[in-house]
Amino acid sequence: MSDAETILSLEHISLSFRGVKAVTDIGFRVARGEICSLIGPNGAGKSSLFNVVSGVYAPQAGTITYDGTVHRRMDPSWAARHGIARTFQNIALFKRMTVLENILTGRTLHTQSTFLEHAFRLGRARSEAREQRKKAEEVIELLHIGEHRNDPVGKLPYGLQKRVEFGRALVSEPKLLLLDEPLAGMNYEEKLEMSRYVVDANRDFGTTVVLIEHDMGVVLDLAHHVVVLDYGSKIADGSPTDVRHDRGVIDAYLGQVHDEEAAA
Amino acid sequence: MSSSNETHLSGAFELRSARPHARTWALAVLLAVAFLVVPFIGDDYWFSAILIPLLVLSLVGLGLNLLTGYAGQLSLGSAAFMAAGAFATYNFELRIPGLPLLASVALGGLVAALIGVGFGLPSLRIKGFYLIVSTLAAQFFIQWALTKFGWFSNDNPSGVISAPPLVILGQDLSNPVGRYLLTLTIVTFLTWVAWNLVRSPTGRSWMAIRDMDTAAAVIGIPIFKSKLLAFAISSFYCGVAGSLWAFAYLGTVEPHGLDLNRSFQVLFIVIIGGIGSIAGSFLGAIFIVLLPIALDHVARAFLVGIVDPSNTENLQKIAMGSLILWFLVKEPEGLARLIEVGFEKLRKRLSRRFVPAVSN
Amino acid sequence: MQFFIEVLVGGLLAGIMYSLVAIGFVLIYKASGVFNFAQGSMVLFSALTYVGVLELGVPAWEALAVALAVMVSLAFVIERSVLRPLVNRSPLTLFLATLGVSFVLEGVAQVVWGAQVHGLDLGISDEPIDFSGVFVSKFDLFAAAVAAGLVLVLGVLFNKTRLGTALRAVADDPLAALSVGISLPKIWVVVWSVAGIVGLVAGLLWGARLGVQFSLSLIVLKALPVLIIGGFSSIPGTLVGGLIVGASEKLAEVYVGSLINGGIEVWFSYVVALAFLLVRPSGLFGEPNVERV
Repeated sequence: MSDAETILSLEHISLSFRGVKAVTDIGFRVARGEICSLIGPNGAGKSSLFNVVSGVYAPQAGTITYDGTVHRRMDPSWAARHGIARTFQNIALFKRMTVLENILTGRTLHTQSTFLEHAFRLGRARSEAREQRKKAEEVIELLHIGEHRNDPVGKLPYGLQKRVEFGRALVSEPKLLLLDEPLAGMNYEEKLEMSRYVVDANRDFGTTVVLIEHDMGVVLDLAHHVVVLDYGSKIADGSPTDVRHDRGVIDAYLGQVHDEEAAA
Repeated sequence: MSSSNETHLSGAFELRSARPHARTWALAVLLAVAFLVVPFIGDDYWFSAILIPLLVLSLVGLGLNLLTGYAGQLSLGSAAFMAAGAFATYNFELRIPGLPLLASVALGGLVAALIGVGFGLPSLRIKGFYLIVSTLAAQFFIQWALTKFGWFSNDNPSGVISAPPLVILGQDLSNPVGRYLLTLTIVTFLTWVAWNLVRSPTGRSWMAIRDMDTAAAVIGIPIFKSKLLAFAISSFYCGVAGSLWAFAYLGTVEPHGLDLNRSFQVLFIVIIGGIGSIAGSFLGAIFIVLLPIALDHVARAFLVGIVDPSNTENLQKIAMGSLILWFLVKEPEGLARLIEVGFEKLRKRLSRRFVPAVSN
Repeated sequence: MQFFIEVLVGGLLAGIMYSLVAIGFVLIYKASGVFNFAQGSMVLFSALTYVGVLELGVPAWEALAVALAVMVSLAFVIERSVLRPLVNRSPLTLFLATLGVSFVLEGVAQVVWGAQVHGLDLGISDEPIDFSGVFVSKFDLFAAAVAAGLVLVLGVLFNKTRLGTALRAVADDPLAALSVGISLPKIWVVVWSVAGIVGLVAGLLWGARLGVQFSLSLIVLKALPVLIIGGFSSIPGTLVGGLIVGASEKLAEVYVGSLINGGIEVWFSYVVALAFLLVRPSGLFGEPNVERV
């Protein structure tokens, strides 16, 4: 993969919390426009990596190269301003705000008007408000959450909240979308729908997607590229089919069965 | 395809509840009455002792609500910022001859805003409770500075300053009606501004910071700027309210009336009225202003002989404390929510009676 | 130099008095995560009860027993009517609730016992003891000894007894504590009772100092900087915090305050606390919060 085709490159990233190692010497590249899936057992360090990329955590070692710029530590505002959007495993929505308000916050970076213009409803504030509302409504319609637009998100069921969070990330028109377990807690139909939204976002807007996911079936369907983590280290990196047949991956998920079978 | 809702692409924002029209009408009527009817039917006592302090306290409550209710930054310094505004306005009026009254008030507010930003700086590193240290420091420090340094009160030997004449565009507004209308106009205007702010990206940034600031940072909300802006605007409101408190209500200002107890009072206004609700600031102020009067009547009617009337202050304390507990347990979103729920129930009852659906 | 030492020592000892009040806070915070603004009112309430009963002619030890009983009953009432209904709510809500409690306590205390100042004599005079030229008040030393004793006793309670472990468990994770069979209401009653007793001790000492009157409840405002510097969750920290606040306040007042009209004691400790917060948000001995997203 050439540098120009790479939108995100992690190199030798190590992260620990007060002595507990979350991630050790991890590196991989994500190509522009692809859907990449990070998989691995719980505690493997996947969310931590997301937090490193979006700037919530600072790694003890390693670099993050995004769109050509190298960072020792990512700044969350910088990341947001340069088109990195994400969702969180435990849903980081603004619970007391409505669905519409939450999605509108996703347009913050596209807001030029100042607080004075907001205070007195001056021209630019009004036209921006209209434009923001329009974009938010497009996303709301895409994700079929229109009937809940005025409900406080804290009161919505888990699956809907996940959709709203996805919408908030989407409405900012990101270049790189980091989705932390976007399908968790959903039933079969919801998973199908959500997967479709992800694919649509990737295909229609060219958004590069990196998603953390447990369901191998989903991963095989959706992803172009898979990276497997275990105990904070990378154990496989390649296309879904390659990874599926990788010895190390099978060991991590299925144990030593194939060895005993071979011995028998 | 999304079934029920057409997308509303109007430029105006929708209100949160589903009945914008009824509410806007009610508001218009209220304003009309306030501006056009009350001046003719009110008596001096009502203006001076009830309506004006009510409006001013609503304004401070609004200021605190913007900071604590919307932006989530706890503050116990509201009274200090009021004092800062009042004294600043006084000094502007005094030392810059010819400066129009409204300009002095605005400048006083700006000074309060700057001071507010100063004491708000720690919020960039400190969260939650610990932040009350900063605003408490403001409360104590400002009160001390205003008392100790005679310059602020023009070296008045008693340290108490009396209000400058209230003249706007040649009209003398120092009578009760005049002061009432001045206060009403300023409060209405600033409420409109607050309303706009709260429904704009600025307001949403505040609420995002309140609800989850790590997520807010990740989606690109400028935490630094937004927090300080909240302090600035909130303190501006408190400063203007302080000037009104001094010049439209008391006719004088001395730091003792704007002490920690006052800051607590403002906090109670916000809690009882409804944190994060503009209407709540008004409801809370109404409550706080009317409660002592109501208690007084109750004490005189029912408790004569049982309780020493000089204990009314303590009885008020007990009542206030109990009410706060009651609200926190039963309706944490305050009077605003209680009333909203009440209206919802009423609406449901009415709509069941008149079955043919009234189209929305 | 002598003067400096005297001011310093006076400040240190005054600081210990603040620590006494702060200890009550830390207890409740450690065991329930609640910042109990009503601690100051509890100090006032307990002292007023003691003095009030005393003035009715009841002998000292029995008055003490009454005051203790009242504080324990108060703990029951608070647990039932405030803590239980608000069990799952945010720390801010609980703090606001303690604000409400403080108002009720102050109001009731003064309605029942009156708002005038009550004298209180503990039998320990304020006479100065001469330590080679530096005069230290006997009373202050006694108070310091009491405070140190309290810290020791509470330290043992928290770290060496089963009750203490249960208290710490509840503070850490109430749901988990529930799941291992710890009765939350019982623990809260215990904690608030102990805090009430600590408040009584503080109230008696402060009352002997200042007279038992309403302004006692304002001492809580001095305890806050102590807590911030020492750390909200550390009992020994309150001693250190108190020493720092007391000393710096007195020294500042004497040496700096004289330059700018005096009276800077009202805000100086807050500014010091603020400085600490900016450098070390969890105080000297508190536990820093690690937020995982």
